[in-house]
Amino acid sequence: MSAGTHDTGSTDNWDWGAVADFMPHFWDGVLVTLQVLALGSLISFSLGLVWALAFRAPTRLVRWPVGLLTEFVRNTPLLVQLFFLFFVLPEWNIQFSAETTGTLAIGLHYSTYTAQVYRAGIDAVPVGQWEAAKALSLSYRRTWTAVILPQAVRRVVPALGNYVIAMLKDTPLLAGIGVLELLQRSRLEAAQTFQYTEALTVVGVAFILIAYPSSLLLRALERRLVR
Amino acid sequence: MSADTPLSKERPNPAVDGSELIRFDRVVKRFGANTVLDELDFSVASGKHVTLIGPSGSGKTTILRLLMTLIKPDEGTIKVGGAYLTHEEKNGRLVPAGEKHVREVRKNIGMVFQQFNLFPNMKVLRNITEAPVTVLGLPKDEAEQRARDLLDLVGLGDKCDAYPTQLSGGQQQRVAIARALAMRPQVLLLDEVTSALDPELVAGVLDVLRDIAHTTDITMLCVTHEMNFARDISDQVLMFDAGRVIESGPPEKIFSDPEHERTREFLSAVL
Repeated sequence: MSAGTHDTGSTDNWDWGAVADFMPHFWDGVLVTLQVLALGSLISFSLGLVWALAFRAPTRLVRWPVGLLTEFVRNTPLLVQLFFLFFVLPEWNIQFSAETTGTLAIGLHYSTYTAQVYRAGIDAVPVGQWEAAKALSLSYRRTWTAVILPQAVRRVVPALGNYVIAMLKDTPLLAGIGVLELLQRSRLEAAQTFQYTEALTVVGVAFILIAYPSSLLLRALERRLVR
Repeated sequence: MSADTPLSKERPNPAVDGSELIRFDRVVKRFGANTVLDELDFSVASGKHVTLIGPSGSGKTTILRLLMTLIKPDEGTIKVGGAYLTHEEKNGRLVPAGEKHVREVRKNIGMVFQQFNLFPNMKVLRNITEAPVTVLGLPKDEAEQRARDLLDLVGLGDKCDAYPTQLSGGQQQRVAIARALAMRPQVLLLDEVTSALDPELVAGVLDVLRDIAHTTDITMLCVTHEMNFARDISDQVLMFDAGRVIESGPPEKIFSDPEHERTREFLSAVL
């Protein structure tokens, strides 16, 4: 089996030539997928923290709206949110590229999950830590940044990592609004060559090759952090 | 400044006329239907070491937690160094204290907890310097010098770079004592500081506290079940029962010739 065996007529047999033809597009797709994943993670990590802090705000005027918003986003499908942002926002004269819209949507959607993760991490910090901070007259800001968050975040890094992997597996939804990520690349390729098996298989394998080592890495990190 | 001994007698906020430092006036604290403190009145003179004894649930720890502003009284007022801890005066009227006012008064008070409550994410040295630097605005090197002096005082001069989890319970508690002292509080609250320790580690912690009690003029309020320690360091012992002080006096009196029947019962149970 070498890349040179072209077997163009058949659809039953595996065609390495088709794989080779797909590769340049494939790499472009990998790049887009990883880009969406990286930026989406960044958005979900930071926005989720904002939500988690808002859950603990001293006033209901903050807690209630944020609670409502995050519950709404968390309990509606990502694909619906994607379509909404992509097709409805332009009617209000807010227009982003498909990739930007997709990244924002996936980041926003996952921020409602990471918010719950952060919240659990914050709740797990013993009450004695708050009391010690108070007894030392630490400011509200210092209490959060120097005492509570370092302990909370350390605990939740593994859980956050799991959501990165889940997010990776949700990036193909962005094909629904035409983002040229892995799945969309393979669909375009297949639509031209009618060789679905090769392109889709390559994409599937690519997801395993990214996701599995990531989860191994995560487990190693977990062992280091949770002592 | 860096030549300061860690426990110099200078006080950032000298007590009003040098006498009464803490005053509880008709303080009531309820938890649900349970009245823990019932119109409690008592005061502590500046520089005195006062031990609170009594059966569990009698409100001793509640007093320390009220002073540390970890909880608020339901009724009554608390004054520390002449300033209200619970209220502030606005246009001649007493109103519930705002966060800023509480923070100012609270700076005069330090607390050591039963469970140490060191910050596990910081090394020992930073546990001690964090508040002096960020709250008092001390320069970092000065705060570190102060912290090293205090660590020497509690016998842990070599543990600056350790994390709390690498220390024994007794060592952690001694760091916690150093951390509280680094703020140079007028009042040090000690909440059953040896209760969570293995028996063989208790003596080391008590020695440090004895040392501090005998060499400084810091005011101490101490809840403890170590009666020998109480006898040793106290100027005054307050016996609590059901949210009230039922008897108070110098330790010799309370421990050898108590007047109240409840005190006798309690002491015979714990001694």
